[in-house]
Amino acid sequence: MIVHRRHLLYSLAAGAVLAAFLFVADTWFDAFTLRVLNLCAIYVVLALSLNLVNGFTGLFSLGHAGFMAVGAYTSALLTMTPEQKEVNFFLEPIAPWLAHLHLPFLPALVAAGLVAALLGFLLGAPVLRLKDDYLAIATLGFAEIIRVVLTNTQNITNGALGLKGLPAFASTWVVWGCAALSAAFMAFLVRSSYGRALKAVRDDEIAAGAMGIDVFRVKVVSFTASSFMAGVGGALLGHVLTTIDPKMFTFMLTFSILLIVVLGGIGSITGSIAGAIGVTILMELLRFLDGPIDLGVVQLEARPGLRMVVFSILLMAVVLFRQRGLMGNREFSWSLFSRAGLWPRSGRGKHGLA
Amino acid sequence: MKRSAAVLPVLVALALVGCRGGTKQPTTVKLGVFEPMTGANAAGGAMEVEGVKLANELYPSVKVGDKEYKIDLVVVDNKSDKVEAANAAQRLVDQDKVNVVLGSWGSSLSMAAGPIVKDKKIPAVAMSATNPLVTKGNDFYFRVCFIDPFQGTVMANYAAKDLKAKKAVIIREVSNDYSVGLARFFADSFKKLTADPAAILAELNYNTNDQDFTAQLTTVKSMKPDVIFAPGNYTESALIIKQARELGITAPFLGGDTWEAPEFIDVGRQAVEGAVLSTFFATEVPITPTSKEFLDAYRKKYQKEPAAVTALGFDGYLVARAAIERAGSLDGTKIRDALLATQSFPGAAGLITFDQDRNATKSAVIKVVKDGKFTYLTTVQPQ
Amino acid sequence: MTPALFLQHLANALALGSLYALIAIGYTMVYGILRLINFAHGDVFMLGAYVAFYGAALFLLPWWASFAIAIAVTALLGVLLERVAYRPLRDSPRISVMISAIGASFLIENVAVVLFGGRPKGVTVPDVMNVRLQLGPVAVMSVSVVIPIFTFAILALLLWVVGKTKTGMAMRAVSTDLDAARLQAIDVNRIISFTFGSGSLLAAFGGILWSYKYPQLNPLMGVMPGLKCFIAAVVGGIGNIQGAVLGGFMLGIIELMAIAFLPTLTGYRDAFAFVLLIVVLLVKPSGLLGTGHAEKV
Repeated sequence: MIVHRRHLLYSLAAGAVLAAFLFVADTWFDAFTLRVLNLCAIYVVLALSLNLVNGFTGLFSLGHAGFMAVGAYTSALLTMTPEQKEVNFFLEPIAPWLAHLHLPFLPALVAAGLVAALLGFLLGAPVLRLKDDYLAIATLGFAEIIRVVLTNTQNITNGALGLKGLPAFASTWVVWGCAALSAAFMAFLVRSSYGRALKAVRDDEIAAGAMGIDVFRVKVVSFTASSFMAGVGGALLGHVLTTIDPKMFTFMLTFSILLIVVLGGIGSITGSIAGAIGVTILMELLRFLDGPIDLGVVQLEARPGLRMVVFSILLMAVVLFRQRGLMGNREFSWSLFSRAGLWPRSGRGKHGLA
Repeated sequence: MKRSAAVLPVLVALALVGCRGGTKQPTTVKLGVFEPMTGANAAGGAMEVEGVKLANELYPSVKVGDKEYKIDLVVVDNKSDKVEAANAAQRLVDQDKVNVVLGSWGSSLSMAAGPIVKDKKIPAVAMSATNPLVTKGNDFYFRVCFIDPFQGTVMANYAAKDLKAKKAVIIREVSNDYSVGLARFFADSFKKLTADPAAILAELNYNTNDQDFTAQLTTVKSMKPDVIFAPGNYTESALIIKQARELGITAPFLGGDTWEAPEFIDVGRQAVEGAVLSTFFATEVPITPTSKEFLDAYRKKYQKEPAAVTALGFDGYLVARAAIERAGSLDGTKIRDALLATQSFPGAAGLITFDQDRNATKSAVIKVVKDGKFTYLTTVQPQ
Repeated sequence: MTPALFLQHLANALALGSLYALIAIGYTMVYGILRLINFAHGDVFMLGAYVAFYGAALFLLPWWASFAIAIAVTALLGVLLERVAYRPLRDSPRISVMISAIGASFLIENVAVVLFGGRPKGVTVPDVMNVRLQLGPVAVMSVSVVIPIFTFAILALLLWVVGKTKTGMAMRAVSTDLDAARLQAIDVNRIISFTFGSGSLLAAFGGILWSYKYPQLNPLMGVMPGLKCFIAAVVGGIGNIQGAVLGGFMLGIIELMAIAFLPTLTGYRDAFAFVLLIVVLLVKPSGLLGTGHAEKV
């Protein structure tokens, strides 16, 4: 118990350090570093949401870009001022019922999540009867359908022209607040009896059913919750960029989140967090790969695209040689330090959340 | 696990170290070149960068006050992706501390950079982004090309007056802002010119990367239009025209400036002969002394004919350089004001004057594909 | 709609459908044996087209020679792909294999961007494939006549291989129960390599014919055809070769006829295939000609 309390203390201290770091960052960092930092938080939300279905429930879903798109458009259309909308919809006027719809940021953010969740629920009810690759391709198809619909409904979404001038609400505190809330929600969820049901479904659906778990319900709830988070993540992304269009939400976007989840460890909350931060920062650091490379002796010509090759190889290497990713399905815990000998041995530390 | 605990702080630290820029007194002027080098828009990006680099070779320095500054180009790839584009733009203004941003090919990528340059008060000059939204409401974004409404009118005029067309069909790339915008402006002015509200027989759509258009085209054939307006990506457009000819459609095809890429002819071959397009610049008719200078330098360096957007890249650089010189300062707002005052600046692709929306008012050129080459047809002046 | 117009639409649909069918066969073969969506199939398709292009453009080979070399090279690449990306994961959870498949697909695409460049290339279509035929009111290109002939020839050949030959018998055994097949002294790895090789060969075949019909190449050209042909295979009943052909033709006909009759829906075209997929999966998850599998406990 003492160990437990000590770990709680460590966690609180770590939280405080993080908050202090964010304060420092928000005040002194230049806008570029801050932008990357905030993108990290958004990818944390997105990675956690994908991990909830793919990692914890064992449903291979590839429809995340679709839910993000729905969230981003919902929040954008709710928060843009009527004047902004008029500027944007210069080709075809906006549908009258939308023109004056206006909400403050937080309700709009929640609405973005809710609309995405509703869609997730409506879609989940039929397609979650499918398994494995069928589910993967059906959800992927669903995301494509969303994108096609967004492109073609010009008087609602402005079609291919996209929207610009979204209010830049997604400040450091908002995005990291959302990331912290998502992480807390996930930690709470996996420890609850519901979380155990999720993992039971993942590990053996038939056995879980035999144990009296309503497998289908568990799947739908997990899928809906994940859609909510994806919607919120999409909305945050829109408010960071302040412009969105349907082309943003292609399968590539889902793929980059999948990359984070796989690298971090499928079924690990801390893995997803570390993966999201690591990949986002690496993506920026490896930018030099796309330019000309000076090796001192030889000058290599610029090979645009090399960076993505490196990332694909990284993903393949992880899948082939370290399938469990950075964290496997375990979690970071303070007792790791005591086991590593950095701290006095505590005896019976509780290992991980899972 | 231990690794993860160790890796995180290291990554963060690396990022911070890697990202910190020095704050020394500038000895050079930096122009950020913000272009897609990979992804869907890579071809366009490469052509603009060619023009910017050529201009930089010819005019490598600028006089600010009484001091001569070397001009450094900082080229970043925005990957034809909005999130990446925003990161890249932020990096240019923040890390690289550029004085002016040039680019980007692709209006939606320019729009991702819009709020960032505005926020930092760094002027940006787009070269060939024709979507009106790029500069609308952003007093730091300029462009050295005309915008879609003008281009749509030019082609409608050509169809109604030169071709004496009465009925037209539009085939548009619905997922492409450029195509959707241009199609609308063409339709509006074609209807006005023919005084026939039903002059547009149909507006058919396709999506980027589609390759089979036989269903749309068979429908078009049954409508017997006098002319077909099909602005869009060069690859898809070339395939459309090829399939149309295979189905026996003989009506002329009209398009916009995006067609002017070697791939359009490479893919379309014999089928695209006779296709007519509006664009910014023709090598056959140098408009200003700068045009000739640009052409000579380009031909000498690359041994081929430049694309129109390459000329615009050249112009973007020169306009920015001239504004810095006139501003006599590296302050963003002052450069912006100097840009606004640009009057009849002789660019390679024509005289540049910015209107109150920071768009260049300038002439358009109509070209036709003849013997596998884009050949000059006529010049259209703005009203 | 006049009959002449309808016939032209039908001809277009059959030309597209036969291409879909050809590519779907490769998908279905691989799936039938490994229960794995080979996400990289569309990229193998792209590689085949590129190899043929370079054979003709760089080495100035006659088209049929570069065609033959391209399908041979691509078949080998397919075998290599299975070795590197799928074989090590044969006993891993499904999710790992699927991620590996997606990863392989992206790796191939990104390497292609670096190697071939992102700009599209125009293909020189062989003269025999580029003849315009006017059959009454219907205009078609000769390549569109050649493709269905190939599709049906390959269908017949495969049905013979799978149904009558020893290798085919082994393939069926591996597909039914991999471990039991191994116990019967079947060289499972050899059979799987063979299947992958022939699947990739068909992908290359489809890719090259595709590039004769739509003469442009780009590194992402396989993505959409890949997805659609997978859908065709699922609709027909994945693992079933006749089903793949049926699904391919169905998809081609639905896509083109829907636009033909409802031109206002042209912008939604890419959604049709996915809607069809979701509907079929919900109504008959095993596909039109597929047989259901009970979950093993």
